[in-house]
Amino acid sequence: MENQIDLTVDGGRRTLSVDTRTTLLDALRETLGVTSPKKGCDHGQCGACTVLLDGRRVTSCLTFAVAQDGSEVVTADGVHDGDDLHPVQEALVEHDGFQCGYCTPGQVCSAIGMLDEAKAGWPSHVTEDLRAGIELDEEEIRERMSGNLCRCGAYTGIVAALAEVARGETGRGTDEEARA
Amino acid sequence: MNPFDYERASDARGAVAAVAARPDAQFLGGGTNLVDHMKLGVAQPGMLVDVTRLPFDSVEARPEGGVRVGGMMRNSELAADPLIREWYPVLAQALLAGASGQLRNLATTGGNLLQRTRCPYFQDLTTPCNKREPGSGCSALHGWNRDHAVLGGSSECVAVHPSDLAVALTALDAVVRLQSPGHDRGLPVHSLYKLPEDDPSHDTVLEHGELITAVDLPEASPHTRSAYRKVRDRASFAFALSSVAAVVEVADGVVQSARIALGGVATVPWRASRAEEVLRGAPATEETFRAAADAELEAAEPLRHNEFKVALTRNTIVAVLRDLAAAEEGSG
Ligand SMILES: Cc1cc2nc3c(=O)[nH]c(=O)nc-3n(C[C@H](O)[C@H](O)[C@H](O)COP(=O)(O)OP(=O)(O)OC[C@H]3O[C@@H](n4cnc5c(N)ncnc54)[C@H](O)[C@@H]3O)c2cc1C
Ligand code: SF4
Ligand code: FES
Ligand code: FES
Repeated sequence: MENQIDLTVDGGRRTLSVDTRTTLLDALRETLGVTSPKKGCDHGQCGACTVLLDGRRVTSCLTFAVAQDGSEVVTADGVHDGDDLHPVQEALVEHDGFQCGYCTPGQVCSAIGMLDEAKAGWPSHVTEDLRAGIELDEEEIRERMSGNLCRCGAYTGIVAALAEVARGETGRGTDEEARA
Repeated sequence: MNPFDYERASDARGAVAAVAARPDAQFLGGGTNLVDHMKLGVAQPGMLVDVTRLPFDSVEARPEGGVRVGGMMRNSELAADPLIREWYPVLAQALLAGASGQLRNLATTGGNLLQRTRCPYFQDLTTPCNKREPGSGCSALHGWNRDHAVLGGSSECVAVHPSDLAVALTALDAVVRLQSPGHDRGLPVHSLYKLPEDDPSHDTVLEHGELITAVDLPEASPHTRSAYRKVRDRASFAFALSSVAAVVEVADGVVQSARIALGGVATVPWRASRAEEVLRGAPATEETFRAAADAELEAAEPLRHNEFKVALTRNTIVAVLRDLAAAEEGSG
């Protein structure tokens, strides 16, 4: 059943016609040709399809496009600032945070969402004291990024990259983490 | 996937009426379970009524005490809510131990409570499963059943209820608020779920078209402490092999009150009332905690591959109680 929907994708307004069965991921990739979000598992288990939906990181494979009519989607393709990479992208390059690159766009969006959640003071499973503030150390980063799998095992680089970005944002990470 | 109609609900009454009017209609929350099941062919609704824009998306203090949690609130926002973190740590911890950051941003309170089992045979259309297809048989009973239930199973089904949130809410004595095609009602979480017995096809006692609009948490006593502990195959992003939610008050070395629920080991979020009975009024010692765990697990009926869950759960119950009692002493 075809429906006409509006989406803002990476800053541009798009109007498209989708079958109700189309996931947001398939609408982006197949209908709009926005191929930066990847299809890994199609079942919420790998994070390769992660995009920022109205500012929050979500798995785009588990939501129907029609349910996001009117929403704003940002993919890894839309996070740069003019010619400059996003600090998360920059840090991933710097720290060898990827090999084949398939999981990377999902890692980028997830990391940006994760940093915002931490900035808002959201706790995680490894946060000792739920009432206190949080510090994005390596343990926190690993836990918060556990929804993004990497077949190449670039985790060490990813964690180092995000620790560096977190340190830049909060001034709270340690040199140890940035070098790890 | 079968074609389906989609409707975005703008008021709760309309949403209830729309689903009640069509036997093949279903509510759509974050979609993280339903969309998955539609892809697999496990669910085949002809109509989805999207309830995520209904205005039940916050935590509010109730004038009579306690708080009301919105049925459409996202799991991530609920876990981060200051009232929940301050007064109901067991709830925040249970949510944070579930799924991943990007899934919790989609998943809603109502959807989480009504997510269906992760039994692999239930999700695989090529295998018999009484829950998916009544009367076809249970593939797990004599198949691979490491992840299945040791409590509350029947000869028809031994699937585990997967929700972490539901386990915490069971220990908190929460009440689910429902808008219904007939009379609206409130149901204690522990009576929302039904044991499989001879009909595992329905996980809950809900009627078709009943909408979860909120969950009410009773007032938290400043004297109680609570915690959620989840044991799984990896440190993060996995369902529970066993989990324990406990809300306990210890004073002068004696357990004044204890509410305990178990996850990952039972066909429903399991209220451990036998353990609670042993604990009430008993000295807060390791011995008591062991006796409580034993009393609860006496009824366990392990299957071929999950005998380990009994010892694991016993140890987890004792560890959680020990931690809560120690915290009590430390604060005294
Ligand atoms: C990879 C993966 C890992 C996961 N790990 C965990 C885990 O460790 N622990 C855990 O607890 N969960 C876990 N989950 C499950 C996840 O928490 C649930 O899928 C989610 O909470 C469901 O919420 P939803 O809003 O997306 O529901 P939906 O998928 O939208 O709906 C689920 C069901 O609830 C019904 N429904 C939705 N809202 C309402 C309402 N308000 N009133 C009445 N009916 C309603 C729908 O009709 C449907 O039947 C995991 C999921 C995935 C994909
Ligand atoms: S345990 Fe329940 S859900 Fe799993 S195969 Fe048996 S009947 Fe189906
Ligand atoms: S493709 Fe969406 S989580 Fe794997
Ligand atoms: S870089 Fe290859 S999957 Fe992560």
